[in-house]
Amino acid sequence: MAELCGIVGIGQTKHDSKRIDVSMAGLLREAAERALEDAELTWRDIDAVVIGKAPDLFEGVMMPELFLADALGGAYKPMLRVHTAGSVGGSTGIVAASLIQAGIHDRVLVAAFEKQSESNAMWALSIPMPFSVAVVAGAGGFFAPLVRGYMRRSGAPEDTGIRVAVKDRENALKNPYAHLHMEDISFDLVASSPMLWDPIRYLETCPSSDGACAMVLSSESLAAKAPTRPAWVHSTAMRSEPTMFSGRDQVMPQGILDNAEALYKKAGITNPRKEIDCAEMYVPFSWFEPMWCEGMLFAEPNEGWKMTYEGATAMDGDLPINMSGGVLSSNPIGASGLLRFAEAALQVRGQAGDHQVEGAKKALGHAYGGGSQYFSTWIVGSEKP
Amino acid sequence: MSEEKEPVEVLRTPVELDYTYSAGVSASRFLRAVEQGKLLGQRCPVDGRVYFPSRGSCPQHGVPIEGEPVELSDRGTIVTFSVNRVPSENIDLELPYAAIQVLLDGADTTLFHVLGECSIDDVRMGMRVEAVWRPRDEWTISMQNIRYFKPSGEPDAPFESYQEHI
Repeated sequence: MAELCGIVGIGQTKHDSKRIDVSMAGLLREAAERALEDAELTWRDIDAVVIGKAPDLFEGVMMPELFLADALGGAYKPMLRVHTAGSVGGSTGIVAASLIQAGIHDRVLVAAFEKQSESNAMWALSIPMPFSVAVVAGAGGFFAPLVRGYMRRSGAPEDTGIRVAVKDRENALKNPYAHLHMEDISFDLVASSPMLWDPIRYLETCPSSDGACAMVLSSESLAAKAPTRPAWVHSTAMRSEPTMFSGRDQVMPQGILDNAEALYKKAGITNPRKEIDCAEMYVPFSWFEPMWCEGMLFAEPNEGWKMTYEGATAMDGDLPINMSGGVLSSNPIGASGLLRFAEAALQVRGQAGDHQVEGAKKALGHAYGGGSQYFSTWIVGSEKP
Repeated sequence: MSEEKEPVEVLRTPVELDYTYSAGVSASRFLRAVEQGKLLGQRCPVDGRVYFPSRGSCPQHGVPIEGEPVELSDRGTIVTFSVNRVPSENIDLELPYAAIQVLLDGADTTLFHVLGECSIDDVRMGMRVEAVWRPRDEWTISMQNIRYFKPSGEPDAPFESYQEHI
């Protein structure tokens, strides 16, 4: 029987387009110190450190975990680096939890970051290769054709994505850590923003952010001493598949469907839409909200857009999604998955402030990455599983 | 008196890394054929699907792809696309352009390319296209030998015929 894993400390930075006041180390340190403070622990109390970020090519610093070890109190302690592209924040959380669940460590610090202002993600994602012609400009260039595929398959109204973008930016206004605080956000503002990668508009796209997130995970016996009620990990799942193979469903990859099934089975959940109180999902382009509502089995195939359209995913809907403002409001890529996981934990601890879903007991954190090929998810609860 | 200057916040320090890439047997055969204006795919021995280009193994079944190459047509169907209006340092195309995923006739995988000789308002899923090659003396070992795809004028392919490739 696996050990239980409790989340006893949560911290994040103020996310912004340029955090010139801190280095990469300072950015991580800011999040990690807040997590320790929340847990009322010190660096000495940590047994091991797990760190994640997007591919090294982004900032051009190879294996940054080596020079960041000191800033994370990692000297003479086991330290692990996790790599799963954009989903890495989620996978990093799962690796950290597994160290507790396996009984290897009692307290693990998990941290993830990106400093996009020192990086060129657009360039790093558009490397020319002789086998193909360079036409795919950044992540939007890759995902826009898939969004078009979803629109064609589902017949969703064309303004579905605009509605998601408005909702997430409205939620972000309640989150002091969010990068974008757009007081003037409105349907018309999003609708009239320029098409970047048609059918994706500028305001249906995530920003480029500097930011970090950290959590302290603890074994059951030590979590009992925590000053604030822990969030308990009920279930985790990770799945991946190749970016390209013949007949691959790029819009709704088998990987996310398998991930959802495994996650709910472990958590004993049979009706996710009913049993989960709120969800933070990785939605870097607005249309991925309805797509992942289907992927995570909250909606029937081709019907995820109805949840958005009917307001089910709004703060006052039956399944609020992206209460923090989501990736559409803050995107420090490597940290983005861990931020989703952390928001789920904040919700079940009742710590989400103005974006708290009243009485949230079970919450989902979700991340995806690469060419829609890496998926990592967890369910956390206010009660022990 | 020194004049007030903006503080230096970010310093760009470009680095270069040149390396020799060894393409391997399958990719070399594909690239040598492209150099001659031919498009070669290869069949997965498990399900018989034609990969273009073949990289020597099937990503789905994890088996070597070693059989005889299959020569493909330079015509195909646009399965999906986006109209790109975002500049990128690595992409040498005038904005806006239609980035298309093309299913070549005879292939079971799609490739990314660009659409030419067509207004971006007219591009659509299912549109039939054909390759426009660069002049022969400009051919190299690269898919850049195809300058772009243009509408072939054939009737659109039905959605059902290509939907599994999106």
